[in-house]
This record gives sequence, structure tokens and C-alpha cells, in this order.
Amino acid sequence: MEYLIAFVVGGLICVIGQILLDTTKLTPGHILVIFLVIGVALGAIGIYEPLAKFAEAGATVPILGFGHTLSKGAIEGAKSKGLLGAFLGGLEASAGAVAAAILFGYIMAILSYPKTKK
Amino acid sequence: MDKMNNKEYQKYAEQKIPKPTYFKNIINAFLVGGTICLIGQIIRNILFRFELGEESVASATAIILVFIGSFLTGIGVYDTIGKIGGAGAAIPITGFANSIVAPAMEYKREGLIFGVAAKMFTIAGPVLVYGIGSSVVVGILYLMFTAGR
Repeated sequence: MEYLIAFVVGGLICVIGQILLDTTKLTPGHILVIFLVIGVALGAIGIYEPLAKFAEAGATVPILGFGHTLSKGAIEGAKSKGLLGAFLGGLEASAGAVAAAILFGYIMAILSYPKTKK
Repeated sequence: MDKMNNKEYQKYAEQKIPKPTYFKNIINAFLVGGTICLIGQIIRNILFRFELGEESVASATAIILVFIGSFLTGIGVYDTIGKIGGAGAAIPITGFANSIVAPAMEYKREGLIFGVAAKMFTIAGPVLVYGIGSSVVVGILYLMFTAGR
């Protein structure tokens, strides 16, 4: 059941992005940034946490979930360490994904070549 | 054909503009995005068997998905997934990995520093700027709103 919920919720989030992509002049890059900031905002006002509990990967795999992780981390940091924690928390919570993206991104870019387009 | 007034021409031109295939795009985005999340859920459930905590599982799932996204971009498969899935391929965290590897590969001939390392952040840079920046703002706002209590 949790697989079905993850599939449907994740799919619907992507559908919202696709509608924006087709009806506006936004590029996928814009969509990524906008969805991320929306995720931060939804996380901050506490709406995203219940969704993440309900849909698990369906809510955490889309970039909205990355934003949620950032703001959740910043709030928890602020709770435990005050102002310093507000600066540390977001990056701490999302450090894995950021470090992985930098390392794997670099290695794969070095090892592979773009397909030659005719 | 020769003597069309402005309105007629606009009508004619509108007929010739290819209509975006909204419905098909939405279905494809749903299926591709949903499938990527489903794969994320499978990875998550496997990781929970190792008795890691919720936060470790979330981080490890993100790391594995980023690896898959980078790898599939490197071997040229994610490009195809992106063409079919549109936003369904771009919005999951694998799309974030794709946005790093694709431009870095493209600009490799400009060198390892200003080619690969700089172009990795063409899209990831703005994502991190707005993401990390806004998270700090959220933390500070939280402190301001809870200071009086």
C-alpha cells in the first residue's frame, strides 16, 4: 500500500510541475528552484511533515522534500542551538544529498562523454 | 493566402503552431515521477531493515538516488527518461543529480576547474542558494516568533 501511495503522491507532485512547464515559460531549472523554495515554506509552516509521514518517498523524493529537509533542519537547529543552529541546521540535515551530488556528479562528469548529436 | 488581414493571419498562424500535448505530457510526468518515487520507497524499505534511524534512512535514500541519477545521466539514459517524463524526471532528486552532471559533461573541454567544476552548478547553484538561504531565514524567523514564549 505504501508503494501505491508513494507512486500516486510523487506522481501528482510531478504533474503540478508538468502543468507549470507546459502553460508558462518556466524551464525545468526554474521549476526545480521554485519547488525547492515552496518545499522550504511548506516545511516551515508545518504542512509538509504530515505529508512526508503519509506518503514517505512520494513526498521526500521530489525536490519539495529536499526543501522540507532544509527548513526542518534549520528549525530543529534553532531549537537546540539558537541562532547558530539556524545557520547550521539546514545544511546539516541535507548534507548527505549535497555531498553525494557533488562527488558523484563530478566523477560521472569526468568519466562520461555527451552523446554526439548529428 | 496573399491578402490576409491581421486577424486572419493570426488565426492561420494559430492553427499552424503545434499544440503542446498537455494530456499526454501530464500522464507521462505522473508515470515517470511516480515510478522514481516508488523506487525511492523500495530503497527506503530495504534500508529500514538495517535498523537505521529515520534520519539516517532519509539521508541514505537521498544519497543512493543521487548516485542513480548521476549514473544514468553519465551513461546517457536519463536524457531519454527526461524526454519522456518531462517534469516527472526533473522534479525528483534524481533530476537534481541530472542537472549537475549534464552541464558538467557538456563543458568538460573547458577544463576541470572552470569547465566541469564550475558548470556543475549551473542549476544546482541557484537551487543551493535559494534552498540554503531560505532555510537560514526560516530558522531565524522561528527564533523571532518563539522568542517571547
